[in-house]
Amino acid sequence: MPLKILVTAKRVEDPESKIKVKPDGTGIVTEGVNYKMNPFDEIAVEEGLRLKEKHGGEVIVASIGNDKSMTEIRAALAMGADRGILVKHDGPLDPVVVSAILDKVLEKEKPDVVLLGKQSIDDDQNQVGQYLAERRGLGQGTFASKVESLESEAEQKKQPGIGLAADGKSVRVVREVDGGLVTVDVSLPAIVTCDLRLNKPRFASLPGIMKAKKKPVEEIAAASLGLDLAPKVVVKKLSEPPKRQGGLKVADVPELYAKLKGEAKVL
Amino acid sequence: MGNVLIIAEQSGGHLKKATLHAISAGQAIAGRTGGKVHVALLGKGVGALATELAGYGVTVHAADAAGFEHYLAEAFAPVVAELAKASGATYVGAAATAFGKDLVPRVAARLGAATATEVLGFGGAGPAVTFHRPMWAGNVLAEVDLATPVKAFTIRPTEFPAAQKGAAGEVKAAAAAVDLAALPVRFVEFKEVKSERPELTEARIVVSGGRGTKGDFKELEGLADDLGAALGATRAAVDAGWVPNDLQVGQTGKVVAPELYIAAGISGAIQHLAGMKGSKVIVAINKDPEAPIFQLADYGLVADLFKAVPELREKIKAGKGS
Repeated sequence: MPLKILVTAKRVEDPESKIKVKPDGTGIVTEGVNYKMNPFDEIAVEEGLRLKEKHGGEVIVASIGNDKSMTEIRAALAMGADRGILVKHDGPLDPVVVSAILDKVLEKEKPDVVLLGKQSIDDDQNQVGQYLAERRGLGQGTFASKVESLESEAEQKKQPGIGLAADGKSVRVVREVDGGLVTVDVSLPAIVTCDLRLNKPRFASLPGIMKAKKKPVEEIAAASLGLDLAPKVVVKKLSEPPKRQGGLKVADVPELYAKLKGEAKVL
Repeated sequence: MGNVLIIAEQSGGHLKKATLHAISAGQAIAGRTGGKVHVALLGKGVGALATELAGYGVTVHAADAAGFEHYLAEAFAPVVAELAKASGATYVGAAATAFGKDLVPRVAARLGAATATEVLGFGGAGPAVTFHRPMWAGNVLAEVDLATPVKAFTIRPTEFPAAQKGAAGEVKAAAAAVDLAALPVRFVEFKEVKSERPELTEARIVVSGGRGTKGDFKELEGLADDLGAALGATRAAVDAGWVPNDLQVGQTGKVVAPELYIAAGISGAIQHLAGMKGSKVIVAINKDPEAPIFQLADYGLVADLFKAVPELREKIKAGKGS
């Protein structure tokens, strides 16, 4: 059964970048910071592509942001997604607003499966998939993982970690939770949020990058959707966490043991 | 009003300790708003637990039904949202566990509430509570205001003390009707990762290994057992399949703050540091003197872990005898 799959691609600071807070606490220093697709969204894109490769269908990539987010949409198209949707919005967003916008996108596109990163590595909120599922009255398979190791042969064969039921009415999601793995069957249309160990995202090939330039991307103004776009999670102030006083070296194991026992008193 | 509703997490009638930390966070808010703390307890056969929880001076709303045996956000959220309304709660929260992170946003969406994730503490003045939370893998602390009438949150258990037993509260039976067949999701199975060691987030000592172990965790497991410690690992070690997923410490894994954290063969990627830098004492054992973990460690030992860890175990054993 061909699947219509919608995936998300948020533009975030490169996780390897050094993040510093502006002296006035109104934001972070953006000079010298690289941007890329949220790593959890890359996993969502990869999973979408694998589902399509197995079952047929279409992968649509959606992003919300200013023109710069087109880079992340093109990156997903270069990986193999079929078309893009950029909901244009300048200014701060939060999970309440993002889920409201995605709700509108889902209303229009009616995908069978929606794959999102479980969280974005900038705000670290881990909320959008859950809000979206509740808004639409759908089931949620959060923190989707894979039973096999990412080093396994099955992974090398690029099989999706999410299984489509034989009757095509639900997907089986293995969720990574505290103390183990929970398996659930989520009825279609399903909302799935992707954890680290669902797959290893592919790199875009050069022909993929060339093709991506010609793939269609629809632009929608967020302001045209008739939504309240004011964030409800209002960031008042940012600051740097207190620095840890570390850096002391010990010469050998006996000294380490003596310090832990006598000075730190933790043994 | 300004009442607070905390969602309890349990498994087979046994409370997850993180809930007690969430209750104390709830008590901190209630102290500011002049409200009361209510607890939503959903499950199958949770009667005894409801009585136990009431001992913390809270009103427990127990929804006891066979349909709640296996947690599903889709089944729990409507019940919790109704309890929030009925108890006059303007704050709804839980611990930032997989359960809390899955459920709270769904409850919040029903209540038109915004949510603050992984809250470390509260700010603001009087009843106007703001939330301190980490962003960018803990490299930034944010103070956020939730501009909705009802405010939802998950708290990081290591940042709040466990609630203490107090004046006896009360237990109220809550409506517990659930039609599992009508839900858009079905529970299939839970595969528990069993371990004799303490849980990572609750252990007094954590022994963690990374790429430097080259997949050989034997000595680290031995050290963990000698110390009654939990075992942890970096993402690299988990991705390589050397240890189970749920041992991962870091931004996307578990956040721990034990009294002693021993990092062996761990270079100290920021995503890993985000999960352990709240530890009281950090020991780093690494061959590479330039490893970033040393900047953070209280005691750094530049050494091969396969030599240093057995030696440390000998010392500990000898010390126990004396």
